Amino acid sequence: MEILATLLIPLGSAAFLAFFGARPWASRFNVGASALTFLASLNVAHHVSGARIFVLSNQLFADDLNIIFVVLTGLVATTTSVFSVHYIRFEQGRGQFDSARLRLYHSMYQMLIFAMLLGLFSNNLGLLWVALEAATLSNAFLISLYRSPKSIEAAWKYFVLLGVGIAQAFFGLILLYFAAEKELGPGGTALLWTTLNQVKAHLNPQVLLLSFIFFFVGFGTKVGIVPLHGWLPDAHAEGPTPASAILSGLLLNVALYAIVRIKLLVDGALGVSFTSGILIVFGLLSIWVAVFSMWGRKDVKRLFSYSSIEHLGIATLGFGIGGEIGTLAALVHMTFHSLTKSSLFFLVGTVSQWCGSQKIDGIRGVLKHAPFLGWSLIFSGCAILGVPPFGIFTSEFLIFDSLLHWNPWAAPFLAIALAVAFGVLMRRILEMVSGEEAPAGPLPSFSRIPVGAHLFLVLILGLGLPSFLWGWYQNAARYLLGTL
Amino acid sequence: MGHPVAQSVIQLLGGLLLLTVFVMLSIRRIFTMIRVFTVQGIILTANAIFVGVVSGEKHLFLLAFFTLALKVVVLPVLLFRLIHRLRLRGEVEVVVNVPLTMVTGILIVVFSSSLAAPLTLMANTISKGLIGFGLATVLLSFLVILSRRKAVTQVLGLLSLENGLLFSAINATYGMPMIVELGVALDVLVGTLLFGVFFFQIRESFENLDLERLEKTWED
Repeated sequence: MEILATLLIPLGSAAFLAFFGARPWASRFNVGASALTFLASLNVAHHVSGARIFVLSNQLFADDLNIIFVVLTGLVATTTSVFSVHYIRFEQGRGQFDSARLRLYHSMYQMLIFAMLLGLFSNNLGLLWVALEAATLSNAFLISLYRSPKSIEAAWKYFVLLGVGIAQAFFGLILLYFAAEKELGPGGTALLWTTLNQVKAHLNPQVLLLSFIFFFVGFGTKVGIVPLHGWLPDAHAEGPTPASAILSGLLLNVALYAIVRIKLLVDGALGVSFTSGILIVFGLLSIWVAVFSMWGRKDVKRLFSYSSIEHLGIATLGFGIGGEIGTLAALVHMTFHSLTKSSLFFLVGTVSQWCGSQKIDGIRGVLKHAPFLGWSLIFSGCAILGVPPFGIFTSEFLIFDSLLHWNPWAAPFLAIALAVAFGVLMRRILEMVSGEEAPAGPLPSFSRIPVGAHLFLVLILGLGLPSFLWGWYQNAARYLLGTL
Repeated sequence: MGHPVAQSVIQLLGGLLLLTVFVMLSIRRIFTMIRVFTVQGIILTANAIFVGVVSGEKHLFLLAFFTLALKVVVLPVLLFRLIHRLRLRGEVEVVVNVPLTMVTGILIVVFSSSLAAPLTLMANTISKGLIGFGLATVLLSFLVILSRRKAVTQVLGLLSLENGLLFSAINATYGMPMIVELGVALDVLVGTLLFGVFFFQIRESFENLDLERLEKTWED
């Protein structure tokens, strides 16, 4: 019941906003609906601790692992909708959105939240696939919202690449069903994750190996793992900023979550080392390519989208290293990255509206003329770079530590990449906040709540995770390792 | 295996499906490509019906009905109307280096057959020999998307890819569970509608549906 409520709120709101999304109160309605979803997700979390909840004849479920991402989705969706109120008002002031487009925007915003939550709650892996595809479709609408040639190009690229990618994942799904059907017989139960998890040791290893490769290519495209990341910078740079925040903060996580679920099954049939090797190699490759692509970026949203590729690469690496520490660190890293990166996008979005440009060269003097924005930009920058005491420091430290322990050959690669990222991003951020001259336009109104809340969480949780939260993550990690 | 005729018809259908993708790879007129896509839909429907008859799996008939409705009627009608409204009826696309694409295509078929060989041994469906054909269709459609520059033809490649997936699912496991099939059908339908919207947007911004401009390097 709790799960259904969490899903029905965004779905109902999406339908409602499709008709009334252009009303003056629509963006506040959007905030209300997202906040309700967040409360409902907390309610699920309250019920789930330690036990699984099933609904709809086991098609949907909540357990220790997915609940972390569900709550995170609720939280970031809420803060992003608060940011979106002011963002949309400013864009309307520029004459950007007519009423049809506002309806589309608000409706697709809720639809995307629904699709992500559905994916997270899916016990049926087929349903998970359908939900991820639905998320792709609704996000494509958001990316093309401005209807500028570049945004349409970006949306098209996103659409075709992810269409191909997700089709590969479907072939993986067919193979998984093929293997499972031998054990469990035909019908809906053969794709239920909880059922598969029980019989995973009996599944045919050869088929599961093939299946994992197809899944990894398919969902890896959605995570933006190099070399399948071509769509990601364009989609971030050309879409509206709230969509970039959701995309980086939540959607990439959901895709990585899907890979981790599949990995768990395949590990049972094949032994851990095979999938871990793949995740470590592609994680490192993503980190490296992303970090060196940051060099010389002129568009600020594009710059931070490469940083997202880097951080999802770090999380992939963490899952690859495995062990309790590695897995735990990867989960924590995904959480902190979500919070930090979306707050960065909020700031960058406001600043580029103010300066009328997304180019780093066009953004100057933020610290002098808008101290709150300037300081938050510096703090968020430090947070994303893993400066202590912010949360990402903890997770990156843990990942580095277990890398030294288990795969010492890879540690220098990670260290160099992190150092380069630090140099490039810090320099760019300092460039933007420094300078004497005020940007031309008036300072757009913005809410301090989203950025403030995210930075506060990242700082406080970085100083020390409260024991109940730590226990939560530990449970999830142990659950992933099959020791619980 | 009491249906030798049906068996050989099923094998024939697999060969025909591969043939249609090769036609897609080499064809120049967009209008004809939609026809080829419709033929693929008919082949899929026939495949589902024949496999259903021989194996006695009832839900395959339902699947056949959905395939017929979606891929032989709804999607082609939508696409034809789109082509008509965009005045692309006589449009011709320059296809570069057909012989090279063909050779690559043949290599792909060989590769997928060898990849699917162990699966074929394990499968217990009556049409297990066709799993490799399904995989080949998927990968060949990928080649169609790569070798085409126009938005409409890329979409047809994507739809053909989806056909390959359905074909694999039918022959490897008698189709996926119904809830998945329905979800996929819904996604394909919404996706195609979205493509339609995109066509008009691309048309507005670029004056033609040529995606050559996608290739230009982003200035940043």
